[in-house]
Amino acid sequence: MKSPPFDYVKVHRIDEALALLQQHGDAARILAGGQTLVATLNMRLSEPALLIDITGLDALRGIDRIGDRLRIGALTTHAAIEASALVAEHAPLLAQAAPHIAHRAIRNSGTWGGSIAYADPAAEWPCCLVALEGVIEVQGPSGLRRIPARDFFKDLYTTDLREDELVVAAEVPVADTTDWFAFDELARRHGDYAVAGVAVAARFDGVIAREVRLGFLGMGPIPLRTPRTEALLLGKALDAGTIEIALASLKAELDPLADLTHSGPTKRHLATVLTRRLLTAAHASRAALAV
Amino acid sequence: MTQHHSIDLTINGQRTQKHVQPRTHLVDFVRNEFDLKGSHLGCEQGVCGACTIEVNGKIVRGCLTLAVQADGCHVRTIEGLSADGDVRDLQDAFIRHAALQCGFCTPGMVMAAKELLETKPDATRAEVREWMSGNYCRCTGYHAIVDAICETLAQRAGRTPVEGKV
Repeated sequence: MKSPPFDYVKVHRIDEALALLQQHGDAARILAGGQTLVATLNMRLSEPALLIDITGLDALRGIDRIGDRLRIGALTTHAAIEASALVAEHAPLLAQAAPHIAHRAIRNSGTWGGSIAYADPAAEWPCCLVALEGVIEVQGPSGLRRIPARDFFKDLYTTDLREDELVVAAEVPVADTTDWFAFDELARRHGDYAVAGVAVAARFDGVIAREVRLGFLGMGPIPLRTPRTEALLLGKALDAGTIEIALASLKAELDPLADLTHSGPTKRHLATVLTRRLLTAAHASRAALAV
Repeated sequence: MTQHHSIDLTINGQRTQKHVQPRTHLVDFVRNEFDLKGSHLGCEQGVCGACTIEVNGKIVRGCLTLAVQADGCHVRTIEGLSADGDVRDLQDAFIRHAALQCGFCTPGMVMAAKELLETKPDATRAEVREWMSGNYCRCTGYHAIVDAICETLAQRAGRTPVEGKV
């Protein structure tokens, strides 16, 4: 369908964007990659009066290592993250997740900040940020706020971002040599919104897991961690027996609602399938290093 | 309420200036203002890939790109890509393999495949399938399309294409 009419303005300074957001409130929408917004408009699910195009804000673009953090600007496209040598080296979880986002043409336009601000429950970046314990930086009339990922994603399509604020960047910790990462998701067709997905961020001492973080997408309104399950993996080698004990806990810790295509129990089952795959791969990888 | 915005862009190598409504997306713009009917609309939601078009050298969903966002950009449609000859070998392979029937998906398929040829010259058959999964075809069953792309990759690399059953 065709979008309803709206006004459009392209801003060249962030304070222009913030002023417009304050002035128009809910009648305005931020346009960056537009891969969610324009689809929403084309389906007439939303009828904003004004689109504020922020793609001219070059300061919001870029990937930089700042000490022990990797900072990714909000306007950085999914494709740029996918192709980045800095990301491959310092945040390999993101490099693994990027190819799962929709399809190439969408990744060429869609942005890191857009995915984070929209907070779709099946989105890859919010799940990765929760697993990596990243920090989201937002700017509003009262200045900059830095919000830990676990506090940023609050409910379905709901974040801590206020109506007059803009996501400007998000940071993740730089990977260590003892870190191991993996991401996988399951969808009915490649590129569909995922039915279940998991991000594993683990730190090892040889084959022994010293820290394990499991981030799940598609298991609830926001990306979820499973601390009780994570605790069962600490100080252990992730052999088959340990994994099965953890998966039994996972089945109790996850309680997803059904979505359009899958029941709650099926989604939970798929989460365990993915977790088993990734933890098994983690162990194999660490065991191979020990040889 | 909606003003017309003036945009200045290059389409298939031709510099041009037009007035557009903000809500007009890039495919409607090229089809209606320039009679470039090769870019198609299937879903207008970004899932079918029939609208795939090139902006500043990269493929995008034309239905999810506002024409106003193309201000200052280089846009290339299937007509321009075809005229430039960049993928003559791919287009020949499509014909040889009967990789099109009604042709509705074909411009999008060729656009998407072009970026694969450019960025992943060593793509395996599985990688080609994954890359092209963003473009839907209702006629061919896809195998002929994948065959044509794999053959083009192989020819460009100077090797024999690997026959795939799937």
